[in-house]
Amino acid sequence: MTAPKMTGLKTTGTNNMPRVYVSSVIPAPAAEVWRIIRDFNALPVWTPFVADSRIESNMAPDQIGCIRNFRLKDGGVIREKLLALSDYDLSCSYAMLESPMGVADYIATLALTPVTETNATFAEWTADFQCAPEREAALVAQIGQGVFQAAFTALKQRFR
Amino acid sequence: MTRVYASTVLDAPLDRVWQILRDFNGHDRWHPAIAQSHIEQGAPDRIGAVRNFRLQDGAVLREQLLSMSDMAHEFRYCLLSSPLPLMGYVAKVRLRPVTDGSQCFWEWSSKFTPPPYREAELVTLVRDGIYRAGFSAIRDALAGHVPPKSRPAMPAVRANTKTTQAIVVQAYGGPEVMQLQEVDLPDPGRGLVQIRHTAIGVNFIDVYCRSGRFLLLQPPGTPGMEAAGVIEAVGPGVSGISVGDRVAYACPPVGSYSARRTMAPDLMVHLGPDISDLTAAASLLKGASASFLLHDIAKVQPGMSVLIHAAAGGIGQILVQWAKALGCEVFATSSSPDKLRRIKSLGADHLIDYTVQDFAAVVKDQTGGRGVDVVFDSPGKTTFAGSLDAVAVRGHVISFGQASGPIGLCDIDRLASKSLTISRPNYAHYTDTPERLGAHVSRFFAAVRSGAVTLQDPAQYPLANAADAHRDLEARTTMGALVLVP
Repeated sequence: MTAPKMTGLKTTGTNNMPRVYVSSVIPAPAAEVWRIIRDFNALPVWTPFVADSRIESNMAPDQIGCIRNFRLKDGGVIREKLLALSDYDLSCSYAMLESPMGVADYIATLALTPVTETNATFAEWTADFQCAPEREAALVAQIGQGVFQAAFTALKQRFR
Repeated sequence: MTRVYASTVLDAPLDRVWQILRDFNGHDRWHPAIAQSHIEQGAPDRIGAVRNFRLQDGAVLREQLLSMSDMAHEFRYCLLSSPLPLMGYVAKVRLRPVTDGSQCFWEWSSKFTPPPYREAELVTLVRDGIYRAGFSAIRDALAGHVPPKSRPAMPAVRANTKTTQAIVVQAYGGPEVMQLQEVDLPDPGRGLVQIRHTAIGVNFIDVYCRSGRFLLLQPPGTPGMEAAGVIEAVGPGVSGISVGDRVAYACPPVGSYSARRTMAPDLMVHLGPDISDLTAAASLLKGASASFLLHDIAKVQPGMSVLIHAAAGGIGQILVQWAKALGCEVFATSSSPDKLRRIKSLGADHLIDYTVQDFAAVVKDQTGGRGVDVVFDSPGKTTFAGSLDAVAVRGHVISFGQASGPIGLCDIDRLASKSLTISRPNYAHYTDTPERLGAHVSRFFAAVRSGAVTLQDPAQYPLANAADAHRDLEARTTMGALVLVP
């Protein structure tokens, strides 16, 4: 196992599954950042790549087990199921049920930690998944940079 | 439980910050509150390492490394001693990379239980005086504003931790061959621990080791098989025993006549708060011996009669009391009116001064000619023939010492005249595994706790005067146990 790298974004998780790790410092208090991202249906609000989103079966977006069904701006449709949400730890975990990306067993966690010295927020996003070996590098880059980092960058812009 | 949490983001790559923080002994080079720090033993990244440090205000604290991960970039530690009431203080330092820039997230947190009226004060002290002050210092050091402090000079005493005082037998001989010397104290290697002795048991077997009768000691060597003390360092591969544990042992190899020693901990026993170091050092070997003599070898039952020689000695006093508590009729021999008074107070039924009385004749007279079921014979040469005379038909003579000299040849055909059993037990064969020893130690300490066996305060001698202790033991002028104090 290797430690998270500064830019490579890819480490090997348990069972040798590919793992993506991205982190960032958001210039706002953790409670404020959490108010935005705890809404499991809010990807269109704060990420740059989601066109629209709905929660299936008329469930609430903070109901554990609810499924968000969202469409990317490039047209792809993704369904993700909420596995865990903690207002105490400021973290949210979900599994990807369907996507055009060609991954399996995809589970991701988005977590916030307060930076007490500057009243800012340390945000971390990890994902573990299975994929065809030859696609691993491209998927790690796509998910790490194209999705997670892009979302964090957009989040930072909100508080500039 | 109070929780303190502080975190910051540094403009430096994680690897660079981790390099500084992971040195558990490096805080005196960067933290403004720390004047000087040293690791008490071993490397600073050994789990269990203890850092002993002085604050700028003079306070001395000790902290122990509980866990460290180069993978998760975190370590935890606890406070072992402090002038402040930070009870149960366990802290964690954790770094996380910030992947969209050359930054590093650092959190420092702890839990502890302060006295309620001081909670606010202590939280402020820990959060601001330690964690936030540390953040600022590292930030300044990374920015090049302040060069890291140079390593403060260590007190000279640290260089001397590799030797210890010990009694050394240069050649087999009388008590005078035992001299106090400074000897090497190796660091504990794999499977070993270092113990600081607080009290050292003196046993007759030590006399045999010194004189060369037993070859357990090869000169030049340090005698002694029994001591109590505190664990000061633990080598790799040791489990179940930690720095700071109070322990005692009574086992080979020899070497307990020393202020400190490095040894295997397999046969060490932990001491409960109700057993003092003096008591443990004075009684562990004798108590474990009494346990296997009475229970495993003699298998005494209520109503049996037993004869105990040298009953005022260290093991004799334990045997007398324990045999009485187990329901035996106890005949006890000793060599002076003072000693006999002491034995009487321990509950012996029949007292015999074998310097003026024929103990075998007295025993037979008091038992209607039958004799006793079991004889516990440690004097050897002077008593063994009488013991064979004093024991009953189908009786059992247990020879477990030779304080007066070796027994010599014994014609076992003669034993048929009474169908006798003779035992010649070796301490090591009954106490050579933690399971075997543990059973005897538990049984003995239970007897002490229940009051069945009470222990006289041992006679204390400075370690340097070990020769005097041996002289007194051999001259039979002592009652009860003897201990050496470093």
